[in-house]
Amino acid sequence: MAGGTPKIVHINQLRAGAIRFSEFGMLVLPGGFSYGDALGAGVRQALDLQVFLQDELTEFVDSGRPVLGICNGFQTLVKAGLLPGHGREKASGAEQRTSTGNRDVTLTYNARGHFECRWVHLAVEPETKANCLAQIEELVFCPVAHGEGNFQVSDDESLEQLEKRNLVAFRYVDVNGERARGRYPINPNGSVADIAGICNPAGNVIGLMPHPEDHVESIQNPLSGSGRLGLSIFRAIVSRASS
Amino acid sequence: MTVYRVEVTAKDPTGDFGIVAAAHRLGVDTLQSCRKSRLYFLTDHKGPPLATEQIERLCAALLVDPVVETALISSLPENRPCDINYQLDTEADEQVIEVALRPGVTDVAARVLEQGAAEMGIHGLEAATATQFRLTGVLSLSELRRLARGLLCNETIESYSLGPIEPPFGRSSDARNYVEQIPLAGLDEAALSQCSSERMLSLDVREMKEIQSYYEEIGRAPTDVELETLAQTWSEHCVHKTFKARIAFTRYGPDGSPYPTEEIQGLLHTYIQAATEKVKRSWVRSAFVDDAGIIEFDDKYDLAFKVETHNHPSALEPFGGANTGIGGVVRDIIAVSARPIACTDVLCFGPQNLPQEALPAGVLHPARVEDGVVAGIGDYGNKLGLPTVNGAVIYDDGYLGNPLVFCGAVGMLPKGAHPTAPQKGDRVVVLGGRTGRDGIHGATFSSAELTQATHVESGSAVQIGDPITEKGLIELVENARDARLYSAITDCGAGGLSSAVGEMGEELGADVELMDVPLKYPGLTPWEIWLSEAQERMVLAVPPANLERLQALADLWEVEMRDLGRFSGDGWLRVRYDGRPVAELPMKFLHEGLPLPRREALYHEGGPDRKSRPTGKEQGRTSLNERAVLLQMLSHPSVASKERFVRTYDHEVRGGTLVRPFVGPHMDGPADAAVLKPLGTWDNGRAFSLSVGINPLLGKRDSYSMAVSAVDEAFRNAVAVGADPDRIALLDNFCWGNPTIPDRLGALVRTCQGCYDAAVAYNAPFISGKDSLYNEFDGQPIPGTLLISAIGIVPDMRHTCTSDFKEAGNLIYLLGQSHGELGGSLLSHLMGWEGGEAPAMPNDPLARYRALHASMLSGLIQSCHDLSEGGLAVALAEMCFGGRLGAKVDLLTICGDGFPNHYIQLFCETNGRHLVEVAPADAARFEECLAGLPFALLGEVLPSDQVIFTKGPDRLFQLTLNEISTAWKGDSKDEASN
Repeated sequence: MAGGTPKIVHINQLRAGAIRFSEFGMLVLPGGFSYGDALGAGVRQALDLQVFLQDELTEFVDSGRPVLGICNGFQTLVKAGLLPGHGREKASGAEQRTSTGNRDVTLTYNARGHFECRWVHLAVEPETKANCLAQIEELVFCPVAHGEGNFQVSDDESLEQLEKRNLVAFRYVDVNGERARGRYPINPNGSVADIAGICNPAGNVIGLMPHPEDHVESIQNPLSGSGRLGLSIFRAIVSRASS
Repeated sequence: MTVYRVEVTAKDPTGDFGIVAAAHRLGVDTLQSCRKSRLYFLTDHKGPPLATEQIERLCAALLVDPVVETALISSLPENRPCDINYQLDTEADEQVIEVALRPGVTDVAARVLEQGAAEMGIHGLEAATATQFRLTGVLSLSELRRLARGLLCNETIESYSLGPIEPPFGRSSDARNYVEQIPLAGLDEAALSQCSSERMLSLDVREMKEIQSYYEEIGRAPTDVELETLAQTWSEHCVHKTFKARIAFTRYGPDGSPYPTEEIQGLLHTYIQAATEKVKRSWVRSAFVDDAGIIEFDDKYDLAFKVETHNHPSALEPFGGANTGIGGVVRDIIAVSARPIACTDVLCFGPQNLPQEALPAGVLHPARVEDGVVAGIGDYGNKLGLPTVNGAVIYDDGYLGNPLVFCGAVGMLPKGAHPTAPQKGDRVVVLGGRTGRDGIHGATFSSAELTQATHVESGSAVQIGDPITEKGLIELVENARDARLYSAITDCGAGGLSSAVGEMGEELGADVELMDVPLKYPGLTPWEIWLSEAQERMVLAVPPANLERLQALADLWEVEMRDLGRFSGDGWLRVRYDGRPVAELPMKFLHEGLPLPRREALYHEGGPDRKSRPTGKEQGRTSLNERAVLLQMLSHPSVASKERFVRTYDHEVRGGTLVRPFVGPHMDGPADAAVLKPLGTWDNGRAFSLSVGINPLLGKRDSYSMAVSAVDEAFRNAVAVGADPDRIALLDNFCWGNPTIPDRLGALVRTCQGCYDAAVAYNAPFISGKDSLYNEFDGQPIPGTLLISAIGIVPDMRHTCTSDFKEAGNLIYLLGQSHGELGGSLLSHLMGWEGGEAPAMPNDPLARYRALHASMLSGLIQSCHDLSEGGLAVALAEMCFGGRLGAKVDLLTICGDGFPNHYIQLFCETNGRHLVEVAPADAARFEECLAGLPFALLGEVLPSDQVIFTKGPDRLFQLTLNEISTAWKGDSKDEASN
């Protein structure tokens, strides 16, 4: 629907080298509960990426091909240090594998303390480094379904850096596109500055908590309207992959 | 050997308000704040010594989120402070309670941590987890213990410590090759009974005697493995003795005169299966034969549906009980070779506001049960990536000691993809989780009543789930099915391997080696391995030539697979341990040796106490404040919005949820049913609905009426969202008390008779069902509860309907007649009225549902809502609230009879009724569709926020949307509107 020819690949197939990143033009890390999120959302899968796939993934990202992380995929990218991705060095070995200790953004437990499923409105941040998203002209309407989607930063300066470097990709807004300003349930999880998604400085790695894949047809819209499809996000990123 | 302790705490010092509020409810008013920390214990006793640097690396990579958390690492001294000697330091600002899982209870986080450590090159690490609660406030030692027992720790699966807890590593023990011979020869009835109860076999004297005489004949004593196998296979849970028993049933009319006694040759056969055979629907693919019922979806796919209960485990350990309830029913779907695609849940709890002092000993507070059950359902369904889309929650005093947890699952499979015939020579393969001592005696436990002591005695019957292992099973079995690698499949449920292998090998016989079963820890005796109900396991019959390909798939999905033996073809069950036989039983005796019981059943129409029963007319003389009653109904916990916890379930995943639990412009109005479009079928417009009918209040009044009303409710909910009334299949779940007591059984019989009559009248087959009996606490039965779940085909996903009013100026119609049926109604319950007529089956219900469905397909219906608890008034209020629109209706127009007072029209719960909204331009066509059927034009949708009830020219009362919101949703501020 978005123009690509997707293939579902198990991480064990990548680990075994049976399938390689280089065969593909775009990577999507989908939602779910990798390893049951038993040590925190995405943490254990992030370790897999770092231990087994670091080199291939680094090459993929450095080549400018797009990477999209949705929900658990976003949590994984953040916890693996790929988002927002500044300060990443081309180190390898044990040190690099545990370098996540100095992250300054995270996705943590929702402010209300529990998993929540509800539809939200998203606005693409106008100046975002993920400039392929600029072709999305309207709001995106799609559900969140998570317990650990509360985007937080270690201090004000980290937030300022994100904003200044235009690494915010999506924010939670109301039906008219006005910033949520922390108001629940428009901002469903307490994220700082209503941040729903971010990108890396090169703009090719993008992550967001909501699920655009659950609104690709108008009939899925609980308000019976048309437009504001999550599909537009996939279209935008696929068009970058093929350009 | 070193043990490291890592304490991970949030930087934000706010703490957990929920715990403080719950502590106050528990009567510990002085608790001011509570901070929670995660504890990890890491030890190297199995591997090379751990270095501090490695612990730091583990913290950085896996244990601590550096942005929001801090960690405290310590290595534990040899002599740790121990709870027994705990000295309360009353001067301290802060008290500490630490809680850990008991050894042997599944600790998923510890296992994931061990794997992760190995991935980082730290091998041989052993991990355990715990939780620390740091409490401030003036707290006495007894208050601390009360908090621990009543709130923070469930001693069924956890232990707690005041102050630092002992690292909860299990002690390893050696394999136990120990098989006991149990001499039964010469034992009298009393001794046989004693043997049954001491070993928790739940077999009665007749059954024990049958076993005794079998072994006398063959001249030896049974082994413990054999006796346990027989007890499981013959348990109420596995064989449904009550539903197969011959019953002498006597019914007494309202005047006390008996009808002729009926001889019933099995309830299942006489009523439930008989209805399915009578209606003979061609689209039924499998009814009552497999682990789930199966119907046709479209020309490529079938749908499987199953609902199970997990009541007793949920009473003891609500999170684990509900968690494994979902896990179990999802495996029933995997066991018919279907891919699970959705979950449902129906819950019955005691009153949430029960004062602490009214709580019987040995019972968890209903609020704690609800919290745990809801979290357990969400945890499992969400982690499996399944939408939890439909259900109900009922609150009643009768569920205080014995809550009900119904878990449902739907799956989809390609037509003809489910193989069911194991072949001689096939291997007996077990897939999935490892076997531990968890869940021993689940089948016999669920066939016994709960008592105060049950919490202490039955700990091993309760389990914690591991949804990620089950996710692997789902994917693996789907792959194996598509590659046609197995010839039969079943799940390891109650009775564990004994039931799974015993049932699959019923015709052929099976020969298995227990040493080959992968264990979580050593020390299990052979019968424990054989009986364990450890979760997330499936048993497959696999032709030897396919083993290698199955193993390759198992490796990809990281699912453990073991070959235990073969289907032998000699008709015997042979179980070995290390080569030595520990059980040898002919399958014929195992499956056919059970002497079917004979039971007596009595039923008094209108209840045994008929004198206290006022008639409908007498009730009619009372006058009441309808406005206040309506608000009271809307805020009644069984009616009020369940949004606070339904939103903790993912109802969107897989992208196919078209009618959701909450509807309307603010997505907070109630839905009648869910509509789902399965992934992989978007090339056509077909979808399906899931709905339920349940009304235990009515069951207290009239069992027969409960059954027909539950069928009608499930039906009208399905039709209300767009299902075709000629394509609806039903599931029955009976939760009842002790069926050996004649009046309990009598009510069950009468309910089954109602099920039969309703299924035939609605032309709808039962495709699957389950009974859960012995739901009693200290001799008090739960209200006999029938759940009807319905799965219906929605022919066109563009023509579904929701309950919220859409546009001011549209017309409001009431379909169906109303009668003065207040028996068992919510109104009677609130007023304390005991009598009254119970709702009857409507006349020709299918005709009106077909007409409604046809007008829906023609696009004539803007909104539609069924009338159930609280009748017309509650339904109208919900439609107005959902759509944020007012309405004006005139009660004088209602079709029907027996209205000595207008509250009957407002609140009666007559079956077969819907409220529908129709645009004025469509009114003529709509009325044409309904020609010859009872319906009335009641009023219209208003642009205001007023909901107005009139009777002719008289205005009876009105209320505002805000008042409805306050009562129904529990908040005065309309949060969603900004």
